Amino acid sequence: MLTFLTQAVRIGMTLLFGSTGETISEKSGHLNLGVPGVMCIGAAFGCVSETIYISKVGSLTDGRSFFVYLFAVLIPILTAIIGGALAGLLYSVLTVSLRSNQNVTGLVLTTFGVGLSKLMITSVQKKIISASVTGVNISFTQASKYFTASLPFANKLGVVGKLLFSYGIMIYLAIAVALIAAYVLSKTRLGLHLRAVGENPATADAAGINVSAYRYGATCVGCAVSALGGLTFIMDNLNGNWEYIIDAMGWLSVALVIFTVWKPNIAIPGSIIFGGLYIAASYINGISLATKEIFKILPYFVTVVVLIITSIRNKRENQPPAGLGMNYFREER
Amino acid sequence: MQKNENSRHEPLFHIAKRSSVSMKKAIAVRAIAIVAALLVAGVFIFAITKRNPIEIYKQMFLGVFGSAHRITKALKSLAILLCISLAVTPAFKMKFWNCGAEGQALIGGLACAACMFYIGGSVPKWLLVIIMTVTSILAGAIWAVIPALFKAKWNTNETLFTLMMNYVATSLVAFFIKCWAKDGSGILRPMTEYGLPQLANTDYLLAVIVVTLLTVATYIYMKYSKHGYEITVVGESENTARYIGINVKKVIIRTMLLSGAICGLCGLLLVGGIDKTISTETIGGQGFTAIMVSWLGKFNPIFMILTSFLIVFLQVGTKQVSTSFRIDTSLADITTAIILFFIIGCEFFINYKIMFRKKEKEVK
Repeated sequence: MLTFLTQAVRIGMTLLFGSTGETISEKSGHLNLGVPGVMCIGAAFGCVSETIYISKVGSLTDGRSFFVYLFAVLIPILTAIIGGALAGLLYSVLTVSLRSNQNVTGLVLTTFGVGLSKLMITSVQKKIISASVTGVNISFTQASKYFTASLPFANKLGVVGKLLFSYGIMIYLAIAVALIAAYVLSKTRLGLHLRAVGENPATADAAGINVSAYRYGATCVGCAVSALGGLTFIMDNLNGNWEYIIDAMGWLSVALVIFTVWKPNIAIPGSIIFGGLYIAASYINGISLATKEIFKILPYFVTVVVLIITSIRNKRENQPPAGLGMNYFREER
Repeated sequence: MQKNENSRHEPLFHIAKRSSVSMKKAIAVRAIAIVAALLVAGVFIFAITKRNPIEIYKQMFLGVFGSAHRITKALKSLAILLCISLAVTPAFKMKFWNCGAEGQALIGGLACAACMFYIGGSVPKWLLVIIMTVTSILAGAIWAVIPALFKAKWNTNETLFTLMMNYVATSLVAFFIKCWAKDGSGILRPMTEYGLPQLANTDYLLAVIVVTLLTVATYIYMKYSKHGYEITVVGESENTARYIGINVKKVIIRTMLLSGAICGLCGLLLVGGIDKTISTETIGGQGFTAIMVSWLGKFNPIFMILTSFLIVFLQVGTKQVSTSFRIDTSLADITTAIILFFIIGCEFFINYKIMFRKKEKEVK
C-alpha cells in the first residue's frame, strides 16, 4: 500500500507539471493541444543534454565532486525548460501572430514533438553505443539516481517520512511550481490580467492590457513547465529508462486540467488521484491482463464525468476560460 | 493600468483583414509555402543524413511511385486518410471540433472485428457482410453522438470530450484483443476467411471505390443539400441560425451522427477490408492527421483529395528516405509537421494583409 501511494505521487507529479503548464496557457485562452509533443521535447532535450554532459565529464561514478552531480541534475532541467519554451514560442508565433487555428497548430506540434524526440533519442543511443566503446559509461540510470535522491532522514521517520520526504527533487519542484502558479493566477495583478485575456480578450485590450504579450508569455512559460513533466517521467518515474514514448502522459495532463477545473492548487491532490488511477491495475492482485486494460479507462472516464458535471452545474468559477480556443484580432470586434 | 498615450507613434505596420483574395494569389501563396517547406525539410534531412538533397527528393518520389506495389500502398493510405477527413469535415464546418475521429473509427473497427470473431462462420457470408457494415457504422455513430448530445444539451466542451473518448476506445480495443487472442501474445490473428469481398483480388480497390463515391457524396451534401446549408449557418453564427429558425441542437446531433457513421465506415474498410484484424494502432493517429487534412482543404472535399495526397506523399516518401538512409522512421512525422507549420502559417498572408507605415519602406 505504501509503495502504491508513493508511486501514485511520483506519476502524479509528472502529470502535475503537464497540467500546470497547460492550465497557464489555457488561462490565457490557448487550448494548447501540443502538450504531449512539448513533454516529449522536454524529455528529449533533457536526455540529450545529459548525454553530452556525461560524455564531457566522464562517468558519474561515486566519489566525484558535488558539483559534477549538481550539474548533472541542473543541466537537463535547464535544457528541458529551454526546449519547452522554444516549442511554446513556435506555437505562439503561429497562433498569436499568424492567427492560425489553435487545434490544428497544437496537433501539428504534437506530431512534431513526438517525432523530434524519437529521432533525437535514437540518434543519441547510437552515440552512447559508440561512447561505451571508447570507455565512457553513459548511463541514465546513474544520472537518474541524482534526480531521485531523497533527503537523508526520510527513511528514519517511518511511514510519514516515506510518504512525505522520500521523493526526488522533481517531485517537490512540481508542487512548488503548482503552488506558485495558483498564487500568481488568483492573487496577483499579473494573474488577473492573464485571466482577463483568456476570458475576454477584447475587454482586456480595451483596458490597456497587451493581449499578444500575455498570450506569448503564458504559452512559453506553460510549455516550459510542461516540458519539465516529460523530464520527470523519464528521470524519476522510469528511473532513467527512456525508451518509452510519453505522449500518453501528455493527454492525461490535458485531462487533468479539466478534472481540476483549471486550478493548479486543486491539481496537486488531483494529480495524485490520477497517478493512483493510472497505476491501480498493477497493484490489484488476481485480475486478468484484459481487465487491467479496462482500468486504464478510469482516468479518462472520470475526466469526462467531471467535464459533464461542470457543464451541467454551470457554476461560473468552474468553467473553462470563455475565450478558450479563440484567437484575438483587434479589428474583428 | 494606463499606458502613457503621449509617447505613442503610429506603429510600424498594422494588419487588416482582406475582404477577398483572388484565387490566383491564394494558390501562389500556398505554392510558395509548400516549396519553402520542402526546402526546409530537405535541409533538415540533409543536416541529419549529409546526403545529396536531390538524392533525398528522388528517394521520396520513388518511395511513392517507385513500383506498382508502392503505388497501391500509397493509394490505400490515401483512401483511408481521405475517408476519415471526410468524416470530420461536416462537424468542423459546423465549428464542432471533433477530435475524436480516431476513437470513432477504432470503435467502428472493433464492432466489425467483433462480428467477424463471434458470428463469422455461423451465418452465410453475404449476411455477415451486411451485419458487419451495419454494426460498424452504428458503433461509430453512437461513439460520436455521445459528446454531441452533451454539447447540444449543456454546451459541454466538445474538443476535450471527444479527445477523451479516443482513449476510452483504445483501451476497449486493448481489452477485447486480450480477451480474443487466446495464445496470450496480445496480437489478434488475421481472420482472412471472413471480411469484405475482394474486388479484382486486391484488398484496396473496394476502399478506393467507396471513398471516391463518398467524396462526391459529401461534396454534394455539403454544397447543395439543405442539411449542408444548415451546417454552414450554424458554423458561421449560432444566433443567426436560431433566428432563421434552424433547430441548432438537432443539426449538431444529426451532423455528429453522420460524422461518426463515416468514421465507423472507415473502421469497417480498414478492419474488415484491408487488415482483417485489429490492434490499438489500427488507425495510427490518422484521426488527428485527418483534422489537418480537412482544415487545410478548407473543408472542401475536392481540395481535400489534394491535401490528403500531399500528406500521404510526405509520410510514405519520408519513410522511404528513412529506410534507405537508415534513420528512424519518426523522420516522416517531423517533415510532415514542418510542412504543415508552413502551410498553417501561410494562411495568414492569404487572409490578412500587412500595411506598413507610409514613410519608411521595409521588407516585411
